[in-house]
Amino acid sequence: MLDVDIKGQVGALALTARFKSEGGVTSLFGQSGAGKTSLTNMIAGLIRPISGRITVNGTTLFDADKNINLAVQARRIGHVFQDARLFPHMSVRSNLTYARWAGRRKTTRSMDEVVQLLGLQPLLSRKPATLSGGERQRVAIGRALLSDPRLLIMDEPLANLDQARRNDILPYLDRLCAEAGIPILYVSHSIEEVARLSQTLVILSDGQTPAYGPVAEMLARTDLGKATGRHEAGALLEGTVCHTDSEWGLTHIDIGGATIQIPDLGAAPGEPIRLRIRARDVALATEAPKGLSIRNRLEGTIRSISEESGPYAEILCSVGEQTIRARITRASVADLGLEVGKKVTVLIKSVAIDKRQRAPVPG
Amino acid sequence: MDFLTLQPAEWQALLLTLKVAAAALLVALPLAVVVAYGLARYRFPGHGVVNALVHLPLVLPPVVTGYVLLLAFGRNGPVGSVLRETFGITFAFNWTGAALAAGVMAFPLMVRPIRLSFEAVDPKLEDAARSLGALRLVSFLTVTLPLALPGILGGAILGFAKAMGEFGATITFVSNIPGETRTLALALYTATQSPSGDVAAFRLTIIATIVAFGALIASELLARRLRKRLGGADA
Repeated sequence: MLDVDIKGQVGALALTARFKSEGGVTSLFGQSGAGKTSLTNMIAGLIRPISGRITVNGTTLFDADKNINLAVQARRIGHVFQDARLFPHMSVRSNLTYARWAGRRKTTRSMDEVVQLLGLQPLLSRKPATLSGGERQRVAIGRALLSDPRLLIMDEPLANLDQARRNDILPYLDRLCAEAGIPILYVSHSIEEVARLSQTLVILSDGQTPAYGPVAEMLARTDLGKATGRHEAGALLEGTVCHTDSEWGLTHIDIGGATIQIPDLGAAPGEPIRLRIRARDVALATEAPKGLSIRNRLEGTIRSISEESGPYAEILCSVGEQTIRARITRASVADLGLEVGKKVTVLIKSVAIDKRQRAPVPG
Repeated sequence: MDFLTLQPAEWQALLLTLKVAAAALLVALPLAVVVAYGLARYRFPGHGVVNALVHLPLVLPPVVTGYVLLLAFGRNGPVGSVLRETFGITFAFNWTGAALAAGVMAFPLMVRPIRLSFEAVDPKLEDAARSLGALRLVSFLTVTLPLALPGILGGAILGFAKAMGEFGATITFVSNIPGETRTLALALYTATQSPSGDVAAFRLTIIATIVAFGALIASELLARRLRKRLGGADA
């Protein structure tokens, strides 16, 4: 669906990007300055790559060898910019319909549907200057959706918002990603957003794409430490809500052969759910501990241990079908005699899994 | 009450001035918009030369500009003769010549504020417009141009004022012919050259002041409405 293989030069940054994605939400993840915006601008047609190919849904947008380079307006890529870029002299309504009256795009999606999806009804007659940052981004997303895009690029749509605004807009993004029905390229430097929203993860580091693949698989890889960021590293679990214990305010999640208890999130039984378990929130024990407050004790098997020169070790454990990542000290690895294949008890504090670590499973 | 009624010669000068200034504005403003946009958005070889050429009438003595116009656009000038033979347009000793002189002199005064207002519009907005399917020209017409309107209005007013008051280049190029090239400024000059022209000069001064004042107020009202429409974009 999305097939990118390009080389380019933007200022001092040499960019070599190569990845494929089978649709759904593809996250482009990397630190600031890694070249994320340069890469999306090349896909959108705002910067010309030096060589290579860009194909979306079977349509070639750029091919240096065949001398194909579609103009921005001919690419049909909905581009949601980090700074929204709403037209300040137009009402929200005129912004939303711009692609129709100025771009001559026929929209397959109805205005009502998009207004409904993003909760834009009360904003329609307002001017961009009177909107909050989160509202602006929602309008920008709606505007891009109404341009009949074959690909939606979202370039860090939450980067300029504070945490409260992000939490406002994230549920809309969840719905959008699940219901949009078009491939989305989601650019972010937040592993939280990436884990929450995407199916495919492309890692971008210093202008290179060292790895890409299914998001859970990528997050479980310990060799990408530098690119994915150590402190926030963690694994992604997919599960189903069993029931909520209202007396203690805990929701039980079935992750396939094991149950995890997390603070109540008001989800209905049977609902699929995604949990991101940060490696630093996971402890390991070689025998079942007694007198311990940690509620989540899962039986697992060590799959790999990677030690670095510093004090830390990254351990991957198989729990049923899924993988949990633990970050412990090298000293503990030595003291406990941990090795690949050893059975361990994986301990996760329920309270470590807060609102930001869980989300509905993207469609 | 006689004092309050305009005499035929005064009417003639006033209407001619408005006609000359309006014609100058009508032709020069679109050109100024294009040149200002080019200077604001593109770096091309000769950028500096174009910029200098545009500003030349501002720094040259107006008489020099008028004389250059006379050489180029006169009956036998290289441009003037071609225009006369192929299009039947004559500038020399014609009101159109006065308009040309006024337009040339007003040009730099229009380009400057318009260019500044284009530079103040984020070029990334045009990228956004194009990503929504708009052609380059459409994105300019629907996004950049409306956002630059306050500056364009400012340039137009400056240009109109300059065109109304143009003197040196006009009298050098097209002389001082009543009913054809004698605008308010030239009529006023003529009056001051006559021993009994004090009253006439005074009346022309008042007329010129009233017209200028009216134009300023009208432009201020227009600018206010524009700012409102632009939704406080530059507030």
